[in-house]
Amino acid sequence: MNPLTHAEAVALALSLKVSLVGVFASLPVAVGCAWLLARRRFPGKPLCEGLLLLPLILPPVVTGYVLLIVFGHHGPIGRLLDAAGLGIAFRWTGAALAAAVMAFPLLVVALRNAFESVDRKLEQAAATLGAGPWRIFFGITLPLSLRGLVAGLALAFARAFGEFGATITFVSSIPGQTRTLPIALYELISTPGGEGGALRLTLVAVVVALLAGVIAALMLLHGGTHQEAEA
Amino acid sequence: MIELDLALQRGEFSLELDLVSPARTLALFGPSGCGKTTTLLAIAGLLHPQCGRIAFDGQALFDSRARIDVAVAQRGLGVVFQDARLFPHMSVRDNLRYGMPHRHQPDRFDAAVQLLGLAGLLKRKPAQLSGGQIRRVAIGRALLREPRALLLDEPLTNLHREARAEVLDHLRGLKRELSLITILVSHQHDEVAALADAVAVIDDGRLAALHGIEAFRALPAAPFGPPVAPNLRAAR
Repeated sequence: MNPLTHAEAVALALSLKVSLVGVFASLPVAVGCAWLLARRRFPGKPLCEGLLLLPLILPPVVTGYVLLIVFGHHGPIGRLLDAAGLGIAFRWTGAALAAAVMAFPLLVVALRNAFESVDRKLEQAAATLGAGPWRIFFGITLPLSLRGLVAGLALAFARAFGEFGATITFVSSIPGQTRTLPIALYELISTPGGEGGALRLTLVAVVVALLAGVIAALMLLHGGTHQEAEA
Repeated sequence: MIELDLALQRGEFSLELDLVSPARTLALFGPSGCGKTTTLLAIAGLLHPQCGRIAFDGQALFDSRARIDVAVAQRGLGVVFQDARLFPHMSVRDNLRYGMPHRHQPDRFDAAVQLLGLAGLLKRKPAQLSGGQIRRVAIGRALLREPRALLLDEPLTNLHREARAEVLDHLRGLKRELSLITILVSHQHDEVAALADAVAVIDDGRLAALHGIEAFRALPAAPFGPPVAPNLRAAR
């Protein structure tokens, strides 16, 4: 017997889809940003670091509103996407974008720490062996950052899964399209007789967050690193 | 022919060397902190001299006048770092193969494995190796790069007596069989006497003397003290 009602199950499935797509689609960009911050010095770096943290610091409603201005039907990018038939406003892809933006700082911070923990002398050794920057990155830096990468993905997924303010501001609450689990939960709380459903979704949210937290903790706090193993 | 003419400033420390040697194995010999490792890193391309020329057998890796500064990956050198720098997530086999220009050369791979006595270690990770084994894998990895020259940074430091003898034996074998241009950084008189053809004595970033090996062997063992801790050395 399904412990969730159909509407709750739809909200859960949508949240999982939106979070996974949002986090994995933003991963290459996050990897690039994290590597630049960890390995390069460039003018305006502190400004970039501040900009990257903005979604974490700003009220989520502000972030959602900015997304609406830029990616909405009348926004500069939104109009282009609409013209190409790829509009995201009030669609699940918009919810995925909102989730990705809100989770992005966590992903970049975790990846940056992971890249910075890789001994640069190993990358230098790889260069003396004839490896170019891409081979060094994919053969040395990334594998040695794997724990940080997995931890970052887990934390970013949990953040994306719990995203509420930016999502409801940007893409509203459309059942099956943008009504993610936190939005469904909010609506159940606001509805007379919705306490049972709210409790069920609360339990689901806690379990998902706990799983992600345990994975992140296992990756970051236990098992050591390759560098420690060698030393 | 080894040409080393370089001027390099690192913080308070300044290195100014100018030497030409026909030796195949040249030792850079001197006390800790004199600039030996800095010279080696400059040859490898990991430090950039302000000016000068670094060339082996007439081929310039760095020449400030001719505006030549070959990228690290293109220098074609086999570098054995004092701290080995094996890739901890790879097996010995994958470490050895990492720098091979042609991956499908089983004969060459097998020959290096045989020469360095690594056959029983191929599946192990670096964390499962002894100090001497780590050093031998690092030497094998550098050799399989098919380098035009080999750079050895204190290859016997921090090894216990048996491991030291074991690695020294292998280095002697390599010298006999390969006749590669080799730059050996060391502060150990016996190590230099056993391996080098010529010795550049470096003191405080300057060339103090350039000896043939017989002249060097005739010198009393230099009273250069024990090596500083590896992390301090690496920081220079």
